[in-house]
Amino acid sequence: MIVKDRVIKYGDNIDTDVIIPARYLNTADSKELALHCFEDLDTDFKEKVKERKIIVAGSNFGCGSSREHAPLSIKESGVKAVIAVSFARIFFRNAINIGLPVIASAQASESLKDGDEIEIDFSSGIIRNTSSGDVFKVNPLPDFIQKIIKSGGYINYIRENRGK
Amino acid sequence: MTKETKPQTIAQKIIAHHCSRDYVSEGEIVEASVDLVLVNDITAPIAIEEFKKIGTGKVFDREKIAMVPDHFAPNKDIKSAQQCRVMREFAREYDIKNYFEVGSMGIEHALLPEMGLVLPGDLVIGADSHTCTYGALGAASTGVGSTDAAVAMATGKLWFMVPRTIKFVYDGDLKKWVTGKDLILYTIGLVGVDGALYKSMEFSGPAVSSLSMDSRFTMSNMAIEAGGKFGIFDVDDKTEEYLRDRTDRSYRQFSSGHDVEYEKIYDIDCSNIELQVAAPHLPSNTKNAKDVKNVKIDQVIIGSCTNGRIEDLGIAAEILRGKKVNKNIRTIVIPATQKIYLEALKRGYIEIFINSGCAVSTPTCGPCLGGHMGVLTSGERAVSTTNRNFVGRMGHPDSEVYLSGPAVAAASAVAGRIAIPEEVM
Repeated sequence: MIVKDRVIKYGDNIDTDVIIPARYLNTADSKELALHCFEDLDTDFKEKVKERKIIVAGSNFGCGSSREHAPLSIKESGVKAVIAVSFARIFFRNAINIGLPVIASAQASESLKDGDEIEIDFSSGIIRNTSSGDVFKVNPLPDFIQKIIKSGGYINYIRENRGK
Repeated sequence: MTKETKPQTIAQKIIAHHCSRDYVSEGEIVEASVDLVLVNDITAPIAIEEFKKIGTGKVFDREKIAMVPDHFAPNKDIKSAQQCRVMREFAREYDIKNYFEVGSMGIEHALLPEMGLVLPGDLVIGADSHTCTYGALGAASTGVGSTDAAVAMATGKLWFMVPRTIKFVYDGDLKKWVTGKDLILYTIGLVGVDGALYKSMEFSGPAVSSLSMDSRFTMSNMAIEAGGKFGIFDVDDKTEEYLRDRTDRSYRQFSSGHDVEYEKIYDIDCSNIELQVAAPHLPSNTKNAKDVKNVKIDQVIIGSCTNGRIEDLGIAAEILRGKKVNKNIRTIVIPATQKIYLEALKRGYIEIFINSGCAVSTPTCGPCLGGHMGVLTSGERAVSTTNRNFVGRMGHPDSEVYLSGPAVAAASAVAGRIAIPEEVM
């Protein structure tokens, strides 16, 4: 899979309360959640995401709550991938489980800038900054996690492998 | 040294036991059986939707699932009422034994241990990040999302990466009023909000042996605020005393091998730890409470899965006895479970709170996450015994939360600004 899009850049410790504030957690409807994604961090996100669909952030992205509403609202907003220096562990699991591509790369995250156009080749693990020509190689995820991604999420993986 | 005889941490031993192996290595991904799956009114609706997609048509064990409507319950609005209904109807349809309706419900992480549903050596997952609370009982327990909870409800199993372990050794006598909350805030300040990312935190040393179970729950509860997967204590006399009369299920006690290679060991001298606060907007932004005394506040919250237990209420009552809370602020006390509420009533704490001008509420997570029962508006500031102070956590994105233990919260309620007990007693 190859994803090509432009970057929205955020900082360190982007927590689940700013990704989707708890005041909107009285619904599980992802379309409704997406209306409020990043509302308390960046009021322009809804406009930005129309043109730029890759989020690049610092360390500990998604820290805080276990709310799956966080990756769901990001995915439903149209975001194609999140690249960060590191991810909080529950957010990382949730993103993998629901099929939101997440990539931990300190090198890429620190180098990429707001508005850069980049290309991510998931099969080779290469991130290419087509604005600057920089190339970043990403460590492959463990086999088991790759299987979940290939199945299109954890539920599909379980359905495919149940009874095996 | 062969794999089988290589020393293992508590985290490794518990995970190995739950996948019927003698040894698991750090960093390895395994599928392990879980002893309990928890969901609440926020996370259950998605979990139930995903559970139905799996198509097993039944839960793995009706006695090993806990469902607690505590976040936006008692129902704060129509949508929340609908979310609670989804969970309630599922609990009825699948005959879930540990569904706790409003009236018997308490804040999940205070309620489940109180009900004897978590025991040492258990592997527990919950669709709530503070599920790590049960580490206080020597269990490996951690927060996951709704999809993970759905898979575990259907199959009784889940994938785990075996974490590395960071050991925290606490020594020295605690200063007056200092509790587990101050120790864990101090620790998070030391390591940072990602200082234990993906790691198991092991809390040990002479000072933790002297800590009450309530203080240990508080410390384990906030392991996640350092990014931790588990926050585990060894089982001792106090753990066993706590478990007496709560369960007749047998349990296994695990402890880390003597020659375990920890990722890191922190030695912490508690005799130097003052009463702590975490200033906005990160739990790691810790300071000595006495150094931020000029900060004016609008609200005090005493409660939550972090500090809504009887020890916390006792400390607050001791400070508030015979005094009035400052007339310019709202003070809200929320006992974490019905049992704690009743005990506080018997001990006279509730009378003290009401006489001093506090509002006392039935159990709910409400204000901690800006849900209900104490939401802040723009420019308002709270001192709260809860666990997070992110932007907008308790309401408006321009509001602020200072985290503290019950002593600073109660003293601040009297002073109308951040205060330590000595100033008001």
